[in-house]
Amino acid sequence: MAVVSADSTVMNNVEAVRATLYEALKNDDRTVIIGEDVGARGNVFLITKDFVAEFGEHRVIDTPIAEASIVGIAIGMAMEGLRPIAEIQFADFIYPSFNQIVGEAAKTRYRSNGEYTCPLVIRTPYGGGVRGALSHSVSVEALFYHVPGLKIVAPSFPADVKGLLNTAIDDPDPVLFLEHKKTYRLIKGEVPNGHYTIPFGKANVLKEGTQLTVVSYGLYVHWAVEAARALQDDGLSVEVIDLRSIRPMDKTTILNSVEKTRKLLIIHEDNKFGGIGAEISAMVAEEALFHLDAPIRRLCGPDVPAMGYALPLEEEFMSSPAEMADAMREMVKF
Amino acid sequence: MASTDIATGTLERHGLSDDQLRAIFRNMLLQRQLDNRGFQLNRQGKVPFALGSEGHEALQAGAAMAFNRGLDVLAPYYRDLGLCLGIGLSPYEILLSIFARASDHNGGRQFPNHYSSKAAGLMSFSSILAAHLPHAVGAAYAIKYRGETGRAVLATCGDGTTSEGEWHESMNFASIHKLPFVMLVENNEWAISTPLAKQMAEPQIWKRAAGYGMPGRRFNGFDPIETYAAVKEAMDRARSGGGPTLVEGTCYRYLAHSTDDNDMTYRTREMVAERRKQDPVPAFEAVLIEHGIVTAGDVAAMRKSVLDETNEATDTAEMQPYPQPSDLYTNIYEGAWQPWQS
Amino acid sequence: MSTRKSELLGFERHGLTDEQLIAIFRTMLMQRTLENRGFQLNRQGKIPFASASEGHEGVQAGAAMAFARGKDILVPYYRDLGLALGIGLTPYEVLLSLFARAADHSAGRQFPHHYASRRLGLQTISSVIAAQLPHAVGAAYAIKFRGEEGRAVLTTFGDGATSEGEWHESLNFAAVHRLPIVFLCENNEWAISTPLALQMAQPDVHKRASGYGLPGAVVNGMDPIACYAVIGEALRRARSGDGPTLVEAKCYRFLSHTTDDDDRTYRSRDEVTARRKDDPVPCFERLLVEHAILTPEGAEALKRSVLEEANDATDRAETMAYPAAGDLYARVHADGWEPWL
Repeated sequence: MAVVSADSTVMNNVEAVRATLYEALKNDDRTVIIGEDVGARGNVFLITKDFVAEFGEHRVIDTPIAEASIVGIAIGMAMEGLRPIAEIQFADFIYPSFNQIVGEAAKTRYRSNGEYTCPLVIRTPYGGGVRGALSHSVSVEALFYHVPGLKIVAPSFPADVKGLLNTAIDDPDPVLFLEHKKTYRLIKGEVPNGHYTIPFGKANVLKEGTQLTVVSYGLYVHWAVEAARALQDDGLSVEVIDLRSIRPMDKTTILNSVEKTRKLLIIHEDNKFGGIGAEISAMVAEEALFHLDAPIRRLCGPDVPAMGYALPLEEEFMSSPAEMADAMREMVKF
Repeated sequence: MASTDIATGTLERHGLSDDQLRAIFRNMLLQRQLDNRGFQLNRQGKVPFALGSEGHEALQAGAAMAFNRGLDVLAPYYRDLGLCLGIGLSPYEILLSIFARASDHNGGRQFPNHYSSKAAGLMSFSSILAAHLPHAVGAAYAIKYRGETGRAVLATCGDGTTSEGEWHESMNFASIHKLPFVMLVENNEWAISTPLAKQMAEPQIWKRAAGYGMPGRRFNGFDPIETYAAVKEAMDRARSGGGPTLVEGTCYRYLAHSTDDNDMTYRTREMVAERRKQDPVPAFEAVLIEHGIVTAGDVAAMRKSVLDETNEATDTAEMQPYPQPSDLYTNIYEGAWQPWQS
Repeated sequence: MSTRKSELLGFERHGLTDEQLIAIFRTMLMQRTLENRGFQLNRQGKIPFASASEGHEGVQAGAAMAFARGKDILVPYYRDLGLALGIGLTPYEVLLSLFARAADHSAGRQFPHHYASRRLGLQTISSVIAAQLPHAVGAAYAIKFRGEEGRAVLTTFGDGATSEGEWHESLNFAAVHRLPIVFLCENNEWAISTPLALQMAQPDVHKRASGYGLPGAVVNGMDPIACYAVIGEALRRARSGDGPTLVEAKCYRFLSHTTDDDDRTYRSRDEVTARRKDDPVPCFERLLVEHAILTPEGAEALKRSVLEEANDATDRAETMAYPAAGDLYARVHADGWEPWL
């Protein structure tokens, strides 16, 4: 967790993204931001507000509506020595650029045997709970984490946003940086001042416990901690791990925890079938089967195409802290 | 045919010297020779796949002559053997790629004809049509961004690729930002089995330029000198900040798409034979001889030298080792590749 | 082509009767009223979201009048409230969509303004720009494939959509196959905050048509009669087997993109005010009154009637039930939704 001190600032996730991008533009002339409405509009969440006035239209580029080429052009910039940070306005719009991401960016270093590389960050807001309905709420990590050559992170706290985004910006390989849009203004925290990085592949234990391991990421990490704290009052001891990094993923932290608690509950907003939880379950079953006292369980989004606009549909899709607490309680008592 | 002035009989050279004209011709011979070598090796069972470019020799040699080595960037597609040779790739590098050896630029990972060379300014590309065009546009943006004059990106594609959404998105972005970018379409009338009439309703691709607010022109891709002139004009415009151009060179694809294609299933021998009459290699030879730039003896010597060079490259490349199984795991990322990190 | 110029001489009606002209005007009024209603409800905290279409009333009402109900297919985008009304969608259906009720066509699943109605020939769309264009082309292909004469597809999109790869691919395919389709660009000069100059190098979308081997046409999108004429002509061509047309209607987006956008961050009030002079609703009202097709009292009565209908629709829709939570799982496939069997 972030250290609370005189050398840190309280901010929310949107502000953390904004501050980090600002420093990147300031400190490295090769950095450009490319996406829709990032210039005069300052991004639809105001992340890049006033950037174009300070850094110029050539560095904060408002593109036509053309997602395949937003990523593709950024790849070309990266191959030719710039450090582009591409934005897909909502993760729901990422699909036209799917080939550029998985077929091109992910393979550039590999197919050229290292002669060409693709230092590219693709940022996109994802996730529901904001009445975004069918085309402004999806989670896309499961489509991409499967792909060798990509790195994927999904921070939940402002301090992690800054540290992981800095790592992404410095990374010589393509990184998909997922920002849960509901956490943008909802989640505030202490963020250390100055430049720092958080390595990929390192999860964070948010709350220690002895009876159950909960692994989560994104918005749900916050609900999971809330649920676990409520159960604490009933004498139940639940450990909550924030994955933070989806590819690469932290095996050691998960296994250490499971070996201690002997029970694993994976919670994620994305659809259950084929989601991140499936890979985690397989890995734990392969490597820690005899440390388990209960079947691994996944509490995930339902396997329907998307959450609908009507509130009951959104609420049915999303998991609440109460639902998470119920699942945790059942597992502890198994 | 080359632009011979009918009245005076002089050759319109567009500033090309005798040496340059001979170099263009040699490039054409070398392209055809290496093309054939790929097919030979495939028929001998030594390589599983080959893809030819017969019909494109003049277009590619002429365009290569307009490319400034060490400055310009090339973003080609998989039928650009001649262009890659013309900007400096060696037959040996070509054969390493055909044989998929470890010392190939791409470590034997890429399909043949998917060359790349950082040193030559040849951007790495995949088999996905049009996917390289946004990359080319991005590279052009980087050049302009850094204020580098005298540099431009030459991107190529076939007629089929112009139907791709990313062709459109690339042209649009390049034109909005007046990037140092030239879109060279090598219109050979076929996209595997799809003839031009099924690919587009307006067969003259250069006419789309106006819709993007950029200049466009068409030239005879069987004429290397006319090609050179058209591509040079566009590249000069791009290099000096004048923005992008769409240039369309017409030629023909004499062979099937690749060794995995049988073009007799969708066109006739007569059709192809008729267009063979325009074959740019013998046509340019005839022009050079007619204007006294080479003799028949020179040509024979050139052919022999090209064959020798090809043979030597083949023999040396064939002896090189394949990549090791462990090479599968290198150059995925800069650092560790395992998705589960301990 | 401005009908204002011909006011002095009488005006070119292109065969439209008084009833039709009044119907066009009523559609325009209803579009504006319902759009405002959406914003009102949003400000009252009753609905989370509404999108804007002020400035598009002329082109949409004109296009709708040219649409052949029961025959043609409409594949619109999310700013086509007026077009949807004009081809027969009711204010009640619109309000059900705004309120996300179970009785809505999408059972409360879709964002507002993402209408669909099989009965009206209004295809279902998403929010993803240009994704609907290949669908429109496919529908046109089906029409031609079955040899159905007298039917065409009208598909619409904004200036921003013309940058998408799928726009390009759709026009190309339609041209190659001479499909019965009209591509109507409602060029309102803004794609959220992206002005035309950042969207394309030359501002006339219709000039791209010849590159595809298609005819192109441009029309004043603020003039419903001119739009009726030009779009009608294109639809007739399509229905009679003469292939596609790209029509560009030049209009303007007076408001922000949606209730989640604030256009003050990227354009000046002066620009918007200056363009308000061309506001199609008061302009058309003036035309109708000046040519005695409507009296001033008649115009007011019309507005009252529209408002009453909007209020009635609002009240009725608001009382309807939301979808049940269990409805989340319905209609994923023809049967069942579970991936593990």
